Amino acid sequence: MRRRDFLGRAGAAGTMGLAGGLSMPALLSGARRAYAAEDDIPVGLLFSLTGAVAVVEHTLHDAALMAIEEINAAGGVHGKQLRPIIEDPASDPATYADRARRLMIRDKCVSVFGSYTSSSRQAVLPIAEQRNNLYWYPTLYEGRECSRNIMYGGALANQQQDILLPWLVENFGKKFYMIGNNYVYPKEENNYCRILLEQLGGEVVHEEYVPMGHSDFSSVINRIRAEEPDVIFTTLVGDSDVAFARQYHAAELDPEKMPVCSLTRSEVEVKAIGGEAAAGHFSSAPYFMGHQSAENETFVENYKARFGADEVTHFVSEAAYFQVYQFKAALDKLDPANISPTAIRDAAVGMTMMAPQGEILIDENLHTHLWPKVGQWQSDGQAKVILQSDERISPKPYAAYPGQDCTGEGLVKT
Amino acid sequence: MDVVFNQAFAGLSIASILLIIALGLAIIYGTMGVINLAHGEFVMLGAYATWALQTHLGLGVITALPLVFLAVAAAGWVIEKVIVQRLYTRPLDTILATWGIGIILQQAIRLGVGAESKFVRGPQWLSGNVEIGALVMSNYRLFVIAFSLFIVAVTWLLMTRTEFGMKLRAVIQNRGISECYGIEAKKVYSVTFAYGAGLAGIAGALITPLFSTIPTMGTGLVVDAFLVVIVGGLGSLVGTAAAAMLIGEVTALFSIVINDTLGRIAVLAGIIILIRFRPRGLFPSDTRR
Repeated sequence: MRRRDFLGRAGAAGTMGLAGGLSMPALLSGARRAYAAEDDIPVGLLFSLTGAVAVVEHTLHDAALMAIEEINAAGGVHGKQLRPIIEDPASDPATYADRARRLMIRDKCVSVFGSYTSSSRQAVLPIAEQRNNLYWYPTLYEGRECSRNIMYGGALANQQQDILLPWLVENFGKKFYMIGNNYVYPKEENNYCRILLEQLGGEVVHEEYVPMGHSDFSSVINRIRAEEPDVIFTTLVGDSDVAFARQYHAAELDPEKMPVCSLTRSEVEVKAIGGEAAAGHFSSAPYFMGHQSAENETFVENYKARFGADEVTHFVSEAAYFQVYQFKAALDKLDPANISPTAIRDAAVGMTMMAPQGEILIDENLHTHLWPKVGQWQSDGQAKVILQSDERISPKPYAAYPGQDCTGEGLVKT
Repeated sequence: MDVVFNQAFAGLSIASILLIIALGLAIIYGTMGVINLAHGEFVMLGAYATWALQTHLGLGVITALPLVFLAVAAAGWVIEKVIVQRLYTRPLDTILATWGIGIILQQAIRLGVGAESKFVRGPQWLSGNVEIGALVMSNYRLFVIAFSLFIVAVTWLLMTRTEFGMKLRAVIQNRGISECYGIEAKKVYSVTFAYGAGLAGIAGALITPLFSTIPTMGTGLVVDAFLVVIVGGLGSLVGTAAAAMLIGEVTALFSIVINDTLGRIAVLAGIIILIRFRPRGLFPSDTRR
């Protein structure tokens, strides 16, 4: 934690304690404070600043906080400032739930922005639904979820794989080797990949999962050598991905003949892998730091100016950033005397906005229409966008499950 | 069949890393009965020292090895002097103390250097493979295997051919009587602990080009090293080497036959069965008890 944040929080905690004490009788007498009765608008930031996922979530926290600061500097919303209330759930799902509850009940946040892993989102989901609040989740995820209280900013399986797979099959071949960490996200993505691959006449030569944090891939690499697949399709996350990429490079397997294509590798991972070892491989994502657009230029410039020239932006931090702006735009449409999470959600549906990746739209199922891209990593640690969808792709959280669909009314059977 | 040979080679390279880590652990335990749970963090310190030397001084991994050894040995020496030395009469407390030290070291690195994983470049002249038929052996892993043999040889010479080694063996046999002969057991302990830590540091340096360098990287490695020490027989040099080989190879072969996850479970089950029948390990050292 930075010292200034700490002082600010200590101060805020002090005043909050005082205010809490004073407002206690009012609370007991049953008077309910309206959400926007105060001079500023409290917004929860629920990103881990400590613990196992802090490495990534810290960057999301930074991007979201930067958006809030930018909005405040430009005059806020309806003349009110956004007041970020920062909680650190320390990478622990149970703490996520606890802190989300605190932000939604005690701090009366109209929205909470947060988290990276599916497990933390699933921990917060029941709280957001009970309180009928809004939780803005920026990460790509496995889909198969349809909540009226979560705003999904990241890519779904169909938004990452629909343009990617035909292109991979055409350029490299039909034999896929799947490797991922052993949890729900890789399995759901591979499930969808199999469906697409079958339609394209391809085959999966091997599918395997290693435990989280697994870091010795010598036997995996030997198996890859033996199977000789055309494409290695990975959903390894974090340190496993870093170790795999480095050992793949050390084993001198040729990315031109047998590229690794990742759904999870971003600028952050590549920084740890080293540009040389990552060079030549591919990632599919709606945003890369090297994407050329005026919005992205501003985003990257501000980010570097605020957090250091060595820092990178990536496809999750971009979503953490634009979601705050979506929230702001929804507030702009509302009567300042009457803002509630439900009203914000209803105002946000159907809204378009220029994000760094392109013009995005919030679907009625609360997921986001995005611009899929495929990037090839270069030795400088940046991705060159080599394939870009011609159109904005709509989110289909149940793409792998025919007969079910997530709509504005929630989950429906079709 | 090619796969099996390749996998046997992979097993050998895993074994050699395990060996270097376990050797330090075994020497420390064999000499002073300290179960050093901070050993994994010494590996981590070694990795970070390598990273620091490369980023700030431009030293390659191999050139950095002696410096990393000295740096981590020095850290081990200080820890032994300040904390571990006070606990020799309370062997069980050393578990708790070294566990705490491990956490402190991890957090210190996290606060001081940062939690994100660091990038260390492997040596350029060791990139590439040696290919014999279908057998593909990475030069770097070959180097690691050779280097671990070198470490074993040095340790063996140190233990059997030097005055320090003689004193060390005397202290292992009976601390009280060796002290009567004028051997300063305290000093021997400090040096041994430092040496063990230094070995862990070397292991840390050697794995940086392959693994990710993060504050928690030692935790998983130390578990395997403990298994090696237990299977090998506490305090036995030969046993440690044999057990490292055995566990490395069996892990590698199981993972290719089944898969990495089930392979690990199978290895653990095998170790449990082995310990049931040979509770003091494969090669128990013949000390008087």
